[in-house]
Amino acid sequence: MKPAPFRYVAARALDEALQLKAAHGEEARFLAGGQSLVPTMNFRLSQPALLIDINPLTELAGMRKCGLDRVRIGALTRYRELERDPAVAPILPLVDEALPHIAHPQIRNRTTIGGNLAHADPASEMPAIILALGGRLRAQSVKGERWIAAADFFTGALSTALEPDEMLVEVELPTAPSRSGACFMEMARRHGDFALVGVACMLRLDEDGRCGEARIGLCNAGDTPMFAAQASQSLVGGKLGAAEIGTAAALVQRDIDPPGNIHASKEFQRHLAGVLTARALAAANERARRAH
Amino acid sequence: MVTRNFGAPIRRNEDSRLLSGQALFVDDVELPGMLYAAFLRSNVAHAVIRSIDVSAARARGGVVAVYTAADLGDYWAPGPLLVPPPPIPGITFNQRTQVPLAKHKVRHVGEPLVVVLAQSRYLAEDALADIAVELDPLPAVTDLEQALSDASARVHDDVHGNVAARVRQSRGSYAAARAAADHVISRRFRYDHGASSPIETRGIVASWDARADQLTVWDTTQAPVFLRNGLAAMLGLSERQVRAIAPFVGGGFGPKIMLFYPEEVVVPWAAKKLNRPVKWIEDRLEHFFATTQERGQTHDAEIALTRDGRILGIRDVFLHDTGAYNPYGLTVPINSQCTLLGPYVVPSYDSTFTAVFTNKPIVTPYRGAGRQHGVFVVERLIDIAAHDLKLDRAEIRRRNFIPPDAFPYNNEIIYQDFAPLSYDSGNYGPILDKALEMIGYEHFLKEEQPHLRAQGHHVGVGLACYVEGTGIGPYEGAKVQVQANGKVSVATGIGTQGQGHFTSFAQIVADQLGVDVRDIDVVTGDTDQFYWGAGTFASRGAVVAGNAVNEAAKVVRRKILKLAAEHFECAEDDLEIAEGAVSVVGVPGQAIKLGALALKANPMRGAVRPGTEPGLESTQYFGPPGGATASGAHAMIVEVDPQTFMVKLRKYVIVHDCGTVINPLILSGQIHGGVAQGIGNAFYEQLVFDEDGQLLNASLADYLLPTALEVPHMEVAHTETPSPLNPLGIKGAGEAGAIPVGPAFAQAVEDALGLPDRGIELNEIPLSPNRLFELAGKLR
Amino acid sequence: MHTETHAITVTVNGTPYRRSVEARTLLSDFLRHDLLLAGTHIGCEHGVCGACTVIFDGLAVRSCLMFAAQADGHSIVTVEGLAADRHHLHPLQQAMRDCHGLQCGYCTPGILMTMKAFLDETPAPDEARIREALSGNLCRCTGYQHIVDAVKLAADRMRG
Ligand SMILES: Cc1cc2nc3c(=O)[nH]c(=O)nc-3n(C[C@H](O)[C@H](O)[C@H](O)COP(=O)(O)OP(=O)(O)OC[C@H]3O[C@@H](n4cnc5c(N)ncnc54)[C@H](O)[C@@H]3O)c2cc1C
Ligand code: FES
Ligand code: FES
Repeated sequence: MKPAPFRYVAARALDEALQLKAAHGEEARFLAGGQSLVPTMNFRLSQPALLIDINPLTELAGMRKCGLDRVRIGALTRYRELERDPAVAPILPLVDEALPHIAHPQIRNRTTIGGNLAHADPASEMPAIILALGGRLRAQSVKGERWIAAADFFTGALSTALEPDEMLVEVELPTAPSRSGACFMEMARRHGDFALVGVACMLRLDEDGRCGEARIGLCNAGDTPMFAAQASQSLVGGKLGAAEIGTAAALVQRDIDPPGNIHASKEFQRHLAGVLTARALAAANERARRAH
Repeated sequence: MVTRNFGAPIRRNEDSRLLSGQALFVDDVELPGMLYAAFLRSNVAHAVIRSIDVSAARARGGVVAVYTAADLGDYWAPGPLLVPPPPIPGITFNQRTQVPLAKHKVRHVGEPLVVVLAQSRYLAEDALADIAVELDPLPAVTDLEQALSDASARVHDDVHGNVAARVRQSRGSYAAARAAADHVISRRFRYDHGASSPIETRGIVASWDARADQLTVWDTTQAPVFLRNGLAAMLGLSERQVRAIAPFVGGGFGPKIMLFYPEEVVVPWAAKKLNRPVKWIEDRLEHFFATTQERGQTHDAEIALTRDGRILGIRDVFLHDTGAYNPYGLTVPINSQCTLLGPYVVPSYDSTFTAVFTNKPIVTPYRGAGRQHGVFVVERLIDIAAHDLKLDRAEIRRRNFIPPDAFPYNNEIIYQDFAPLSYDSGNYGPILDKALEMIGYEHFLKEEQPHLRAQGHHVGVGLACYVEGTGIGPYEGAKVQVQANGKVSVATGIGTQGQGHFTSFAQIVADQLGVDVRDIDVVTGDTDQFYWGAGTFASRGAVVAGNAVNEAAKVVRRKILKLAAEHFECAEDDLEIAEGAVSVVGVPGQAIKLGALALKANPMRGAVRPGTEPGLESTQYFGPPGGATASGAHAMIVEVDPQTFMVKLRKYVIVHDCGTVINPLILSGQIHGGVAQGIGNAFYEQLVFDEDGQLLNASLADYLLPTALEVPHMEVAHTETPSPLNPLGIKGAGEAGAIPVGPAFAQAVEDALGLPDRGIELNEIPLSPNRLFELAGKLR
Repeated sequence: MHTETHAITVTVNGTPYRRSVEARTLLSDFLRHDLLLAGTHIGCEHGVCGACTVIFDGLAVRSCLMFAAQADGHSIVTVEGLAADRHHLHPLQQAMRDCHGLQCGYCTPGILMTMKAFLDETPAPDEARIREALSGNLCRCTGYQHIVDAVKLAADRMRG
């Protein structure tokens, strides 16, 4: 299992990387953490002609606040850093809770958030979270830059709205509002495996304890990460009791179209999505009330 | 004997090399001018080969040679039948063995078609893409029952109904037992094993020395002596011209004993033809097709019992998937057939199996070697009986155990070693009792389980018993030699794959010769160091080679005493061997180091008496009169999430009897590893083939080996019933841990979810959350 | 496709090496076959088994998922760099021997490197943390229990 030949350029500047990508388009790939790309190259499932190594572009790494209620994370930020940054848990509790489920420590030492999102594996945790939170992503090319809403970014299994000349440079996420609770839960065959199904949810309570805002995202429930719009909407204004949560879980089960795989049939995935949604909503509610 | 190393938890001699990255594995062999092989493998399971065009590959830069079956000429021949069928009357056996490179037809995905030799593995893989192969696909034979029908395609055109073998064995009259029974249970069971998946895949390096007329082969084999003999025969060389080395091997578990893999035939031939060293290292993708596996059986079994749970008889008819070829004969299904009888008195037994050719990779023994399948069937039958007859699961087993005074106990059917299946010794009651005590069986059922259930925890207990035929013949040998520097060297013909032979053999010698274990250097798996032997399989290394080592060490001890007695002019009885020296008891200062004695045994000048053998060395062989029967019981407590069907192992205990224990540390390691593989088999690992014979999960991301988070903490205890069949009293332990996990797991999960009371049985392995959802999900 | 090579300078176990490598050469192959540091093992080449784990700029990484060209200017520690020689083992190596934490020893170098980095960061881990940190390394022989024992023992000894 050795990769096919390719050209390798370690980019010295963002501009150089973008120019190369513009010149070579689909033939070229950015090399970030390499933890998804290199295995597929070793299997020769992917044979890019040119690898543009963006690891030297350290300016693309790091997290910074952006206004009062938003945060931006550079594409080259490694999961290892997010895991160890004490600032993450309070403002991005979903990210914090999901990180330990993503592969293993050695892999998170390399994995970048940009690579993980650009890879767009429907079973991946982070895309579902970005989608659930209503984040947006900044793409850049030699022609300029644009922001893409998470809802428009994930266009299919392993495909995104990025043009062949574009690089994902940054993600922007809303930080946890006050009186809110979040929960990420997944079922995987072994710890660190891709989820059979995963649920990310965030609940914000009104002054009177009713649900002010609800967001439910799912991974491995379809070709792309899913935002369960109807289920989320069904909770707003309600009490978040067992009945409301049950209804939302049932809506999730109704609305998803899980792919099914050798580890979980469509039916089992659908079943699990309901179970996990109910559990995650209950936990998020509990957390929101505690924060209250 | 002065110090007692035998039985002590001695640290391993081989570890410092392994821990510092200095141990030689096959892929570490680097030779000047080496070429690297890559194989083009069939991507369909069953097809006629129309044409193969390798011209573009040959023309690629860096490629030195490309060969197909046609290029092998007369060298091309189907491989040998490694284990002929046992002499059982009325048996059908159709021998069809694998070929070096496919000719006319391909019979499973991954079967090699072409070999490319290039300056690097990277270039060799590049060239694979240049090869044009035209295959006319045929329907793939994948389902065991359908394979037998007249309408089925044939894996081998001349084998009707794809029957590789059919064997019936019986004792007593099952019909009579059934007629007399109070209760009869019949069920269908499915048991699928998996891929052994050692972390080191297979590999081979071959180097032809034209000046010395000698071939050296480094191979990840468990049987270097057979490899040498076979290669010599195939290549028209004498055995002395071939040296086979199995250096450090990164796990074997059975499939590395298979001979001859196509690569083992092609690589040495190419090295000789091109007069350059050639290396082939199997990659993980190849491992899923190119290395043998163990797979499924379907059993239709029936048990006849009395009202109080005594077994009167068992009838079993099963199908066994042998894959595209059957070079390993009947070992796996015979093991299933024999091991099914377990530690129980089964007065009548009628078992028939049909081994079926399919368009899937070859099946040969993998740790347990079919024993799991049999144990699963009998243990599940007994569980169902316990439920039907309202008996306790432990009690029904106890009632049926072979009593301790019944040994040797003859089951009257023929085992894989061609001898009647006879248990040498055993005492099963105390094993089960101890396991129950360790798991806290009574307490769990009476207090803990109801208590935890009330809190919403679905917990259950499972237990299973088994016996395992180990340490079978034919023989092994060993040479023990005292060196002039006082160290002792030991050589045997078996290969070692982590079982700690470097240390356990040293322990045996240390006690005989009074030397420190660290001063004993054990060499295994180099045919230039030891000429004869069979190999490491069937949990036999420690038993058979260990006893040969012991015999050789005993002779050396006698030589030492004789020579020292001459030296000190005293009686042998006055001598003591300890700490690397022989001394006269009670006479301080009268001592000679073993090294000095070894020098004396090889005088430079002067006359020796006629008949004197130089040196302090001896070569001895040991062949046991029959297999030694190890036994044990496992018990576990699981918790099942009734909604997600994730299973957590809360507690795991093992009680094991493998006779006398050489090194308890190494033994518990063997057991832990076996249990981990058993857990993988029970709940994580499954080779998923589609109806076209394509494996859908050929990667370690999808073929789920258990990690440190899936394997629980285990408690191991031993009982010792020494084997009367060898002087050391030992029995094999290599496979035991893996054997009974499946039935204990199924039983524990059933118990946790209260399935038996709802008429749901888990009569198949592997299970998975998805499968549990299908089988039991409705009852939420 | 032409093969282009890259001149790299990489420090391995404290020794700087200058080599010319093909772009596609995996770091694992470079260590094993170019530098002849064969203690780093290969078990899958798709990032799952962990046998190839080395310490790259202080962090445990899969060497089968990096290219040698990426190591230019970086510093790597392999199993060969853990101890001065095989007679003076690192406390982790010693504990692995004392607890029988290895059988065939093939997974061992990867486990040592993973656990070295782990203990550097987590000097007093409990069993649950050890098992989690170990979960990216497959061992087919030991069932992990003796490895867990060894890591605990090493941590105790290293804390003194
Ligand atoms: C054993 C194992 C287990 C894993 N388990 C999980 C898991 O449970 N959950 C999970 O989510 N992932 C898992 N992964 C995948 C891992 O998280 C990957 O690291 C991640 O998906 C990709 O991130 P990367 O930085 O390594 O990207 P790379 O592999 O470098 O790149 C991935 C793809 O994105 C492109 N790309 C990278 N960066 C950019 C950019 N900035 N702009 C545009 N395109 C870019 C690349 O060209 C490539 O096509 C696992 C991986 C392994 C090996
Ligand atoms: S060889 Fe790198 S993770 Fe398996
Ligand atoms: S010791 Fe053999 S794989 Fe771990």
